[in-house]
Amino acid sequence: MSELAIQMAGVEKAYRYFSLRDIRLELEPGQILGFVGPNGAGKSTTIRILMALVHQDDGDVRVLGRSMPREQAIAKRDIGYMSEDMRLYGGATLAWHMKFVASVHPHWDHDYAQTLLRRFSLRAEQPIKVLSHGERTKATLLLVLARRPRLLLLDEPTTGLDPVARYEILRELTDVMSDDRRSILFSSQNTQDVEQISDQITFLDRGRIIESSDKETFVERWRRLQLDVPPGVALPSLPEVTEISASGRLATATINAYTDEVAAAFTRAGATVREVQRMSLEEIFVANVMSSRKEASA
Amino acid sequence: MPVYTVHNNMHSDLTISHADRRPMYLQIIEQIRHRVAIGDWKPGHELPSIRALAVATRVSVITVKRAYLELERDRVIVTRQGKGSFVAENVDLGLQLKHEELSQHLTAAAEIGKHLGLTTDQLVERLRETAEPSAGEHGDEEVA
Repeated sequence: MSELAIQMAGVEKAYRYFSLRDIRLELEPGQILGFVGPNGAGKSTTIRILMALVHQDDGDVRVLGRSMPREQAIAKRDIGYMSEDMRLYGGATLAWHMKFVASVHPHWDHDYAQTLLRRFSLRAEQPIKVLSHGERTKATLLLVLARRPRLLLLDEPTTGLDPVARYEILRELTDVMSDDRRSILFSSQNTQDVEQISDQITFLDRGRIIESSDKETFVERWRRLQLDVPPGVALPSLPEVTEISASGRLATATINAYTDEVAAAFTRAGATVREVQRMSLEEIFVANVMSSRKEASA
Repeated sequence: MPVYTVHNNMHSDLTISHADRRPMYLQIIEQIRHRVAIGDWKPGHELPSIRALAVATRVSVITVKRAYLELERDRVIVTRQGKGSFVAENVDLGLQLKHEELSQHLTAAAEIGKHLGLTTDQLVERLRETAEPSAGEHGDEEVA
């Protein structure tokens, strides 16, 4: 196995009102990692640490085999970073930006940049200030992609975009993956984007990683059971159950590690399992956050 | 209007739906099975590489990998190290179609059962009664 694209272990960063705790993250080459968390979870801080824009208080950070922040100059040649707070020059045209980025990056791929212009329906001669939010995001992504970096660190690339722009961006990201040496970490509040294109999914909440796994394992493990609970029957407390909500005879149990044994345990207790439902990534995410917050406050 | 020819190949017709609650790997499995069943992909036909299919269908590599593993297990495809994946030589096409047909009927039965308020166990019991009529004589007592 070649070196990991991203390797973080025991990473800590404390601010006055917020801290990142014990962040552990690994990304293999050729994979996409979806980084999901509510606002203020610490997604951007984590990504900035990977870019050495913020230095960790403690812990090891290696990006493309380089130790960060020490070897950031070498590592950054192969990283494409994009975030909300990156600003293009409003008065300058996209063509001017393309020329500028090409002049400082020897691997700038002119043909690919032209292809991206067409696929993103952008016009190079337009000044940045007349572009819509979606066009501006696509323009920024074009400048990052045409450098053909080995690792893309994208901080909420699809937030606030209309469905067509989101599709265009996700399409380009999956295209990047036809080269199995390249990797992408992208953060999002939109679980649907993450569910479709990610190989690995990491949930972050309040500065901690609450769950991290490959996507198929994630959706395979979580289930929701619809139960019929006759009066007098007490449901067993199982470690796999993260939540039970009941109204009358009907109850809904959320399970984070489903096996047939879980359903059998409910049946033995006297309940009837009416249905075993799969959950969408969004439902899994919310259930995960709620149960980890409950544990933290208990 | 720019034409995006890169994806205008055979396997790009596989589509993933978000409205479909089944996991994405199952959707891929079903579409490949169907393609084999109707003879679009004949025995020996080379499947796109996992990565190529992931790119074409816009889903993650791990999802396609999972689908291929299941198809291998069910002997619909065979994977030769370093060569790629191929439609198995001895896939019984008629059998494949029958399997698909059965899936559709079962899905329909499950839907109706849900409307009737039957539990999964009750539904299974009904199926048992239907499949083994002689063994179902005591079934009525249990339901009552």
